[in-house]
Amino acid sequence: MPNATTIALIPLLPLAGFLLLGLFGRKYLKSSSGLIGTALLLTSTILALYTAYEYFFVYGKVNGAYQQFIPLQLTWLEFSKGVSIDMGLLLDPISVMMLVVVSFISLMVHIYSLGYMKGEERFATYYSFLGLFTFSMLGLVLASNIFQIYIFWELVGVSSFLLIGYYYDKPSAVAASKKAFIVTRFADLGFLIGILILSFSSGTLDFTTLIQRLTSPESNEVKTAVVSTFLGASALTWGAALVFIGGAGKSAMFPLHIWLPDAMEGPTPVSALIHAATMVVAGVYLVARLFPVFALTTPAVLEIIGWVGAISAIIAAVIACTQTDIKRILAYSTMSQIGYMMFALGVSKYGGEAGLGYTASMFHLFTHAMFKALLFLGAGAVIHYIHSNDMRDMGGLRKYLPVTHITFLIACLAIAGVPPFAGFFSKEEILLAAYQNNMAIYWIALITSGLTAFYMFRLYFNIFWSKPHEVHGEKHGEGGFVMMLPLVLLAVGAAAAGFIPFGEFVSSDGKALVSHFHLEFSIAPVGLGLAGIFAALWLYKKQNDKPQKLAAALGGLYNAAYHKFYIDEIYFFITKKVLFNLIGRPAAWFDRNIVDGMVNLTGNTTQAVSEGIKKIQSGKVQQYAIYFLAGVIVLATLFIYVLR
Amino acid sequence: MNLLLLIGAPLLTAVAVLLSRNKAQVKWISLVGSVAQLALAFALLYAFRQERAQNNMSQMLFELNYKLFDSLNINFHFGVDGISVAMILLTSFVVIAGVLVSWNIEKMTKEFYFLLILLALGAYGFFISLDLFILFFFLEISVIPKYLLIGIWGSGKKEYSANKLALMLMGGSALILVGMLGLYFTAGHSFDIMTLSKTSIPANIQNLLFPLLFVGFGVFTALFPLHTWVPDGHSSAPTAGSMFLAGISMKLGGYGCLRIATYLLPEGAKEYANIIIILSAIAILYGAFATMMQKDLKYINAYSSVSHVGFSLLGIGMLTQTAITGALMQMVSHGLMTALFFAVIGMIYDRTHTRMTNEMGGLMKVMPFITTVFFIVGLCSLGLPGLSGFVAEMTVFMGSWENSDAFHRIATIAAAMSIVVTAVYILRAIGQTAMGPITNTSHLQLKDAAWNEKLAAIILVAGIIAIGIAPGWLNDLLRPAAEEIMNRIAGK
Repeated sequence: MPNATTIALIPLLPLAGFLLLGLFGRKYLKSSSGLIGTALLLTSTILALYTAYEYFFVYGKVNGAYQQFIPLQLTWLEFSKGVSIDMGLLLDPISVMMLVVVSFISLMVHIYSLGYMKGEERFATYYSFLGLFTFSMLGLVLASNIFQIYIFWELVGVSSFLLIGYYYDKPSAVAASKKAFIVTRFADLGFLIGILILSFSSGTLDFTTLIQRLTSPESNEVKTAVVSTFLGASALTWGAALVFIGGAGKSAMFPLHIWLPDAMEGPTPVSALIHAATMVVAGVYLVARLFPVFALTTPAVLEIIGWVGAISAIIAAVIACTQTDIKRILAYSTMSQIGYMMFALGVSKYGGEAGLGYTASMFHLFTHAMFKALLFLGAGAVIHYIHSNDMRDMGGLRKYLPVTHITFLIACLAIAGVPPFAGFFSKEEILLAAYQNNMAIYWIALITSGLTAFYMFRLYFNIFWSKPHEVHGEKHGEGGFVMMLPLVLLAVGAAAAGFIPFGEFVSSDGKALVSHFHLEFSIAPVGLGLAGIFAALWLYKKQNDKPQKLAAALGGLYNAAYHKFYIDEIYFFITKKVLFNLIGRPAAWFDRNIVDGMVNLTGNTTQAVSEGIKKIQSGKVQQYAIYFLAGVIVLATLFIYVLR
Repeated sequence: MNLLLLIGAPLLTAVAVLLSRNKAQVKWISLVGSVAQLALAFALLYAFRQERAQNNMSQMLFELNYKLFDSLNINFHFGVDGISVAMILLTSFVVIAGVLVSWNIEKMTKEFYFLLILLALGAYGFFISLDLFILFFFLEISVIPKYLLIGIWGSGKKEYSANKLALMLMGGSALILVGMLGLYFTAGHSFDIMTLSKTSIPANIQNLLFPLLFVGFGVFTALFPLHTWVPDGHSSAPTAGSMFLAGISMKLGGYGCLRIATYLLPEGAKEYANIIIILSAIAILYGAFATMMQKDLKYINAYSSVSHVGFSLLGIGMLTQTAITGALMQMVSHGLMTALFFAVIGMIYDRTHTRMTNEMGGLMKVMPFITTVFFIVGLCSLGLPGLSGFVAEMTVFMGSWENSDAFHRIATIAAAMSIVVTAVYILRAIGQTAMGPITNTSHLQLKDAAWNEKLAAIILVAGIIAIGIAPGWLNDLLRPAAEEIMNRIAGK
């Protein structure tokens, strides 16, 4: 059993950073806060790497499969016997892999930010938020209980909110942070109800027990849950589908993706960390975590996951071809790549060779983290230099930003799937998995990979080639060692990560999966990728009017893609017109006028009545005598004639 | 531990306040008194846990029983279980914070503090009483100060609000009184909760008395549609008044709904449970949607209170042990959270002289402390893990889900939908006030929180976090008590 303290320290060190810098950073630590945060994270990363080494090589395989360890599990809140929220540390191949990815990328971002965020007024706050995020993300990865993952899920959501809104005096940043939180919250509602259903069906919240109970068809839990149906689907199907909605929201899957492009309002290193490499893949991780349930018990939901992933992949790629804000292009690209990971899981089966999609998805998650973080950090260097996000303000930067240029190019080649860069290997496996299981998705994926190469090189040529760059006034250089080091390290990863025999470590059932390389199979995607690159070269290498002509020729399609298929407008209509004007406003009016009106009416009536009857007490004795007499007559009549 | 200390400490403080000579004395005496109350509440928690650890499983601990009116069988009967301990702890937190934020009250300081402490006295007495008559007496003690606090130190249409609040609460009290007398006569002339809880009352009488008691206490805790005193009352009340109203007074109602209506009349509770669920589910969603349209910070918090308190009532209506535990957690959590929310609103209002969200903006720049607390309390309200609201709401959801029929499921999902709407209105309020550019340049001169305000905020934030990070202790306190209630409902 691995040492619980060592593993617990991995998330706890960033938490310590959050508390330390959050409470004292602003006043006392100021500029040293960056170094403190980075030092803590460096320790975390070393521990994570050590844990990975120990897990894969020291403990290794037992009976051909990697073991699952839970070195620590504390009861946090007990609901009833057997049903409790536990805080635990779960080690299995995917959580260990994620530990390394999250801590390493976070470390890169910490280092990079030392240069990028230098001189910011809220420097300490920035680092404390980064610490909070890293803590939450590591907690999410290590979760051993479905409610624990939900808790950290919400915490990464709020860290994302805080960091998107870091420039809080910018109205667009405030709006974007709200949007990100609310859209993902909406998805989390599905997640929450899904948890309620799954936990009720299985009688536990613990991942291991839950998966065990829900995947054996003979178990009582499954039998009862399958019987109870709602709208034609079993309770388990609903539960799994709702959990996936949570994942889709966090991973910006269509149609819950609208928050991601806006989230680019945050500082660029944050986009690299949260909105490219780590948090947005949490949805993929969640599906992978519960993969046996999806694959064995609710295959229908897995099919939906596959289609949602494929549709997101292609829609995002099409939109990315038309945007001009470089961060937004990268955001759509992220959405598209996560779509790949999602549908790879969707087309996968559980166990053995058929589980290729699962391995491929995790592999792509790993390589994508490297090259997408690199792309964002490179974009950050460009933005840092040119003070604009807009591609049209750029061009010819290759001479001025040589390191950024080379590393960016490596990342572009990796994402475009050019051999031998990392993206080639992982994408290859994904396509193979799709090819074996779902041809329609395979074709979508193939077209998307061509589009990916095109829009990435459109971006690349527009930034670094195209028109020559005019130097206005004094320009600082590339941002120094702290900004270049992460670029170089990530570039090494983006170039070489593909050679890791990933199936050896991560597979749906823990047993080694040997992926066979098919040369003839890779001709189509690589060919399409190269075609995309050459198309971009032809259109964008030198400034010319071909792109405009092409856009005009495409007409409606171009416009629709440029306006992101009007999905934002649809949402705006629903929230503003329906929620606010049709539900909120009437509710507020109803309360003040009808409900409270009734209360006031009661009050006023009482007053009016008492106003009326107070005349009875006039103080005139003659009047009282008449009342008295009338009373006597009435009562006498009653007793004599009626109540005899 | 002697429970009379809990009444004695505020009583002594109140008398000392009356005898004090100047404002400084009044304030310091009140502060010392509230620190003493806090210490007593912690001592009670400690003593209670000690007893339980030593396996003293009697339902009520530290019982005291003195005869008062022997002929009518009215007694001073006191005792506490986990629920009372939690509520007393909550009260002591709110009291000290309320005393601290009122530090700069200039108008009739002595009377103001006297009334605050009197209100607290009523609450402590209420939570330890095991005799309905005495309990009712303490309930009424806590009503009168509210009327005066709003009527004298309030703002806006304060007379209207004070009247409305007092009349509605008195109306509720009248229902409670009738229900109480009904219990007294059917159960052989006893007001004693412990005796009544062992008496079996015919179902038809339960069905008659339950609505009286539940609605009566429900008025106090903003049971939809009898919640309309809440927005007006809060918007007119002074800061500490709002804090006490939401943090303590509304909890008296929730406690009564559970301890008296539901516990003593389980058949009635079962009969009306579905109506409670419908009303509270409506309150949760409708309150949240109504909040979305408010611009006045106090109205925002008042309506969101209607929504949040709905969770307490929903949990009670669900009639499972976990849901009831969740309902109680929500009472504690909501008490701390709303008190803090009103404290922050008060701090902002004192500086900007407005409560309208559209007249503020970018306050984070000038008052980082206050806005940070505003963020924390907002995040607590929208149910962020690590803060108390999450724990309570999730416990209610888990408990509600144990009822596996469609009706309960739909009600639970409806209630759960509020987590999205809550996020909308909270982020909207925070976004408009704390974030964005500073719209009013005169706000640039504003100062951040003073020591007393900081201390008040830190105390309440500590409470919220203590529940949010380690909910186990609260769960241990409330769950066994909820089990007793469930045992009676299940007829054991």
